[in-house]
Amino acid sequence: MALKIVKGSIDRMFDKNLQDLVRGIRNHKEDEAKYISTCIDEIKQELKQDNIAVKANAVCKLTYLQMLGYDVSWAAFNIVEVMSSSKFTYKRIGYLAASQCFHEGTDVIMLTTNQIRKDLSSPHQYDTGVALTGLSCFVTPDLARDLANDIMTLMSHTKPYIRKKAVLIMYKVFLKYPESLRPAFPRLKEKLEDPDPGVQSAAVNVICELARRNPKNYLSLAPLFFKLMTSSTNNWVLIKIIKLFGALTPLEPRLGKKMIEPLTNLIHSTSAMSLLYECVNTVIAVLISLSSGMPNHSASIQLCVQKLRILIEDSDQNLKYLGLLAMSKILKTHPKSVQSHKDLILQCLDDKDESIRLRALDLLYGMVSKKNLMEIVKKLMLHVDKAEGTTYRDELLTKIIDICSQSNYQYITNFEWYISILVELTRLEGTRHGHLIASQMLDVAIRVKAIRGFAVAQMATLLDNAHLLTGNTQRNGICEVLYAAAWICGEFSEHLEEPMQTLEAMLRPKVATLPGHIQAVYVQNAAKLFATVLRKHEGETDSQAAQETSQLLIDRLPLFVQSANLEVQERASCILQLVKYIQKLQQKNVEVAEEVTALFAGELNPVAPKAQKKVPIPEGLDLDAWINEPPSESESEDEKPKAVFTKEEHKHSRSRHTEVDEKELARRREARKQEQANNPFYIKASPSSQKVYDAPGVEHIPVVQIDLSVPLKVPGVPMSDQYLKLEEERRQKDKAERKKKEKKKKREKRGKGRKADSGPESEEDIRPAHQVDIVTEEMPENALPSDDDDKDPNDPHKALDIDLDKPLADSEKLPVRTHRPEVLKSPAEDRVHESIPQETKKRSGKEKKEKKKGKEKDRKRSKEEKKKKKHKEVEEELLESQPEEAVQSEETKEAAAPPTSAEASDLDFWLCSAPVPPAAQEETAPSSAAAVDTSSAAALESEPDEPKDAEPEDTKSSKHKKKKQKKEKEEKEKKKKKRHHHHHHHSDAGGEDSVQNGTVEEEEPLPPMSNYSLLAENSYIKMMKEDADQVYDIQGNHQDESKVVVSVIFENKSDSFLKSMEFNVMDSLNSKLQRPEGAGPHDSLTVPFQLPPGVSNEARFVFSVQSIVMPQKLKGTLTFIVKSDESSTHEKLDFKLHFTCTSYLITTPCYSDAYAKLLESGDLKGSSLRLEGISMPFHHLLARICFHHHFSVVERIDSCASMYSRSIQGHHVCLLVKTSDQTVSIDAKCDEPSLLGNVLDEIKQTFSKC
Amino acid sequence: MIKAILIFNNHGKPRLIRFYQYFAEDMQQQIIRETFHLVSKRDDNVCNFLEGGSLIGGSDYKLIYRHYATLYFVFCVDSSESELGILDLIQVFVETLDKCFENVCELDLIFHMDKVHYILQEVVMGGMVLETNMNEIVAQVELQNRMEKSEGGLSGAPARAVSAVKNMNLPEIPRNINIGDINIKVPSLSPF
Repeated sequence: MALKIVKGSIDRMFDKNLQDLVRGIRNHKEDEAKYISTCIDEIKQELKQDNIAVKANAVCKLTYLQMLGYDVSWAAFNIVEVMSSSKFTYKRIGYLAASQCFHEGTDVIMLTTNQIRKDLSSPHQYDTGVALTGLSCFVTPDLARDLANDIMTLMSHTKPYIRKKAVLIMYKVFLKYPESLRPAFPRLKEKLEDPDPGVQSAAVNVICELARRNPKNYLSLAPLFFKLMTSSTNNWVLIKIIKLFGALTPLEPRLGKKMIEPLTNLIHSTSAMSLLYECVNTVIAVLISLSSGMPNHSASIQLCVQKLRILIEDSDQNLKYLGLLAMSKILKTHPKSVQSHKDLILQCLDDKDESIRLRALDLLYGMVSKKNLMEIVKKLMLHVDKAEGTTYRDELLTKIIDICSQSNYQYITNFEWYISILVELTRLEGTRHGHLIASQMLDVAIRVKAIRGFAVAQMATLLDNAHLLTGNTQRNGICEVLYAAAWICGEFSEHLEEPMQTLEAMLRPKVATLPGHIQAVYVQNAAKLFATVLRKHEGETDSQAAQETSQLLIDRLPLFVQSANLEVQERASCILQLVKYIQKLQQKNVEVAEEVTALFAGELNPVAPKAQKKVPIPEGLDLDAWINEPPSESESEDEKPKAVFTKEEHKHSRSRHTEVDEKELARRREARKQEQANNPFYIKASPSSQKVYDAPGVEHIPVVQIDLSVPLKVPGVPMSDQYLKLEEERRQKDKAERKKKEKKKKREKRGKGRKADSGPESEEDIRPAHQVDIVTEEMPENALPSDDDDKDPNDPHKALDIDLDKPLADSEKLPVRTHRPEVLKSPAEDRVHESIPQETKKRSGKEKKEKKKGKEKDRKRSKEEKKKKKHKEVEEELLESQPEEAVQSEETKEAAAPPTSAEASDLDFWLCSAPVPPAAQEETAPSSAAAVDTSSAAALESEPDEPKDAEPEDTKSSKHKKKKQKKEKEEKEKKKKKRHHHHHHHSDAGGEDSVQNGTVEEEEPLPPMSNYSLLAENSYIKMMKEDADQVYDIQGNHQDESKVVVSVIFENKSDSFLKSMEFNVMDSLNSKLQRPEGAGPHDSLTVPFQLPPGVSNEARFVFSVQSIVMPQKLKGTLTFIVKSDESSTHEKLDFKLHFTCTSYLITTPCYSDAYAKLLESGDLKGSSLRLEGISMPFHHLLARICFHHHFSVVERIDSCASMYSRSIQGHHVCLLVKTSDQTVSIDAKCDEPSLLGNVLDEIKQTFSKC
Repeated sequence: MIKAILIFNNHGKPRLIRFYQYFAEDMQQQIIRETFHLVSKRDDNVCNFLEGGSLIGGSDYKLIYRHYATLYFVFCVDSSESELGILDLIQVFVETLDKCFENVCELDLIFHMDKVHYILQEVVMGGMVLETNMNEIVAQVELQNRMEKSEGGLSGAPARAVSAVKNMNLPEIPRNINIGDINIKVPSLSPF
């Protein structure tokens, strides 16, 4: 033994260590590869030795070589050996090597599981630490599954060093083994409040990373994070949290409202730029998520924009860059506030830093309007000329095209200008984006009919000067343009002035040097031109010209017939024969033009890119079903070609085989794909259209150099600048004319009072230079209006979209290692293990569903358990009472059911009432204590479920008795059933039809419901009103005044343009329309948009309401101008706005125990309602009440449900809905009897309608 | 998440690479080359962010780098990381290196790549930021080094002796020494 050690030590004398290796490599600069290969040989020798120190040294050197790009995976086993050394020194080397070169495909990873587990539970914290660090880099689904439990234990390790590593690595485990998320989450949440700041920061980090991908599952953590945000001083943590809130606010606008204040405070107070920047970013996200109509947030926007301007003006390029980045986010929702900084952004285009220039370009994209498009593009064109380096110039080019073509050419007023811009862009040397320009030319020429004449003329000149574009191989990217030019000239040849000349240009011998696909288009379109020429000359007595044309084609086409490109050759020979035949006919003086044109007759319509996808699948067609019996597995590829037909017949004769399970299907599909990929005859979807253009043959084009001493200018092409001038003049003229008109109008109107009208020229007032109708892209009939989610199905984060608020089920526990897992495995575990292999593939939907069902059941069961525990006392008491009390007890229990989605409703309360989370209040974060005091009082007051004063028990029970007696008769039959159900609760069996808190179980699909009702309509316009569902308290101390938002949809039914819409309502004492500051009480509000024919849009109006107990009707008028081509008239539409009492109710979830207390409190006055002949299912009925009347279900048992809602002024409205046969009885309670009466009337009305 | 951390010198020679997502070795080298190409042509007075684009991951990713004397420190991160925060983190990392190596220079990184890795492991773990407090990082690194030293007692001693001998720049020891011979000659040596 001793001998061995000594021998090893002496051997090591001659081994190189890492430093020697590095030194050696540096000394062998000229033959590095050779030197390294000898080193690798040495390493291989060293790895064969028994001495672990030698091995570790060798592995260490391998790690270095790996960095230099050498594959060292062959030593994976040795790395594992070194990892399992008992010495920290070697273990560390081993884990480092593993983390550098192990990945999911490394097979020896399987061998490491036990070693890693041993290290994780090592008494030395650094062994554990090193193992965790290594594992974080190479964790596989198997490792994650096997080690999840061990790591979870480490999350509560005594050493913070281990805790923080364990917490961090959990994220990787979740990614690889999503089943571990739910069991581990409670502990992870705990770690948010770990005493050690490092652990806390790690937990924040992990949760932020999780929440970023699936934010909705983490909304319930918002109060906790809010508390952290107000208490933490660690900027790193703050940044993470603030970023997280940025991801959460789009889902919950109320959260945003809450965030604004602390964020603005941070913006004002912090000195850390990184924090400031993230605050601004999140404020922007909040503002985006809030409806833009909120006036009091303009200050926040201003603050953001102002801070960003400071950043952009800073000399630090990093801040400048980030400022621009954030600015582009504001731009999306508040373009106006950014547009005022146009100067600054244009200035950034001149920056020496390319990143900054690109950012500025992005901003410009969103800043263009009809008014400034030409100006901005002109600036960009200047930059194109100046730009050095093709990448930036190409970027500019694409941006120009993007800017102009955005939202269906919305901002282009003059398409002639655009065409000339495109033509000017063709002069760019060496751009890669020829095809982009080409596709724009095609698109514009096809879709803008009015421009075709001009486009054709331009394209003809381009063709004429084709040599300028093709002159240099360097520029061959641009010759794609000729593709478009030729096609446009051919297709719209009727607009050509001199088709003969263009035809000649298209048949020049030089054309043969163009890429094949362009030649093909040339040939085809030459034929089209030929047809046009023939037609032109038909009827002329002298048929000389026509015959000359035929001769021209016959002379030139043979060149193309010899083309190496199949497509060109085929088309050319076909057309050549055709022309020869025509020539024969011509010589006989037969009129042929008609027939020849018929070859190319018919209009081509643009087809929307997604059209194919949107073709609805006809009913009864299953695209995934096999038409034939699936091919047998043994069928090899070589056999395929033989006897195709007989085989198929054979298959048809058999019965269709449909019972193939999903897994099998998926596997076969995969196999089929594989087969198709290998089959050269199978037409695959081409990955990109660009591929077509990159056809081979480009390199073979002979290089023709042309000396160009003068700057390139395609003769005859108008400069786009001219248009700019013309456009300005035109606008000036327009303006002057309009002013004249306005003056006239004003004179007429003078009696009516002044109007703020002649402000700066508004966007929409710029009329296009010539009437342009943009042909919309065709879509298949009854296309599905689905939003394609382009999400990557392979995204690992998708699997982590897991509801975390559900209580844990037994089956979800993490697999724990046992000595003999085969024997001890529980069935649940078994399932987990079973599902693992499929997980790496794709889990079939069926299985998933089953799983879900299982989970749901588990969840219910545990819910029931919880319920039982919590209310044991109550129930026991109830059980002991007399049997006739059963109904009452049922009722109490019904109401007192525990919060099911407690967290969710917690969040709701936190969001809607108190500005600071109640949880935080209790624990009294010192920093915010002062602020809490005042607000918490208000919060408590407005909280519906917090009883103000609990009444003694006996009064409550007597009350219930009374109520009970009243109902007793009608409920007698039901009683038995109910009691049966009651027992269910106790016997711990799944009470399947108990529905709680807000959700209505989907038993049957609900009929579609709309909240919109017709407000008024005439031949021009239709107004639809949405029930005011967005109701919110006014913030501040005016407790008695509330605001109601009414959404109105305006739909233009006429063929004319509707503009200058003004909305006015006669205010009543009780309800007033909110007008901007400074406006008089009778002034009308301008609707912030105009309506082109057939378009509808939605506007929101805010009303302030004093008393809400009575429904209100307000008279109003809408005035607007109908503008058609020849005339414009003033029109008016009267309407009545009906505020129902329902519209003052806000859907508010309620705990059932709070609900019970509320009923007990005795403050509520009762009323009831009976509805006869209601035949709809009970859950439809509930859904209707929820939807139309803003109630939420507190609890539902069988055909009985309790519901709750709250008015904007804090009145509680409680309903108990029961149904038997076709009768529905609603018992209602509310603290405001007249409100209740009206609400019930409205409910009655809702159901009388159906 | 941090997707990759690259350190290379002004000539593009890698000094440390750490990928938190698997790439084959040749791909790694290509990424290093491309990143170097992108970063090296930028002036020192332009911004420190680069849109990664096609390099790693796609449009969600950014390159955030700092240039110190002869070395580039490049972090490739996604949008969940704060840009300025990462810049600070690079600074923390470099200052930590400076503390651990005492006036760090490129040579330290060249010859002690493993140590640099160990330091980095205390800063970033599995692509997520582990610790930003420099004192804490340095403390943990030193504790681990001490542990290594204490272990070095038995097997480390000869190694240290060897490296001492090597550093004396003795003429090359003939490589073809007959190990079998030594084997026979040393049996009487005591095993310490």
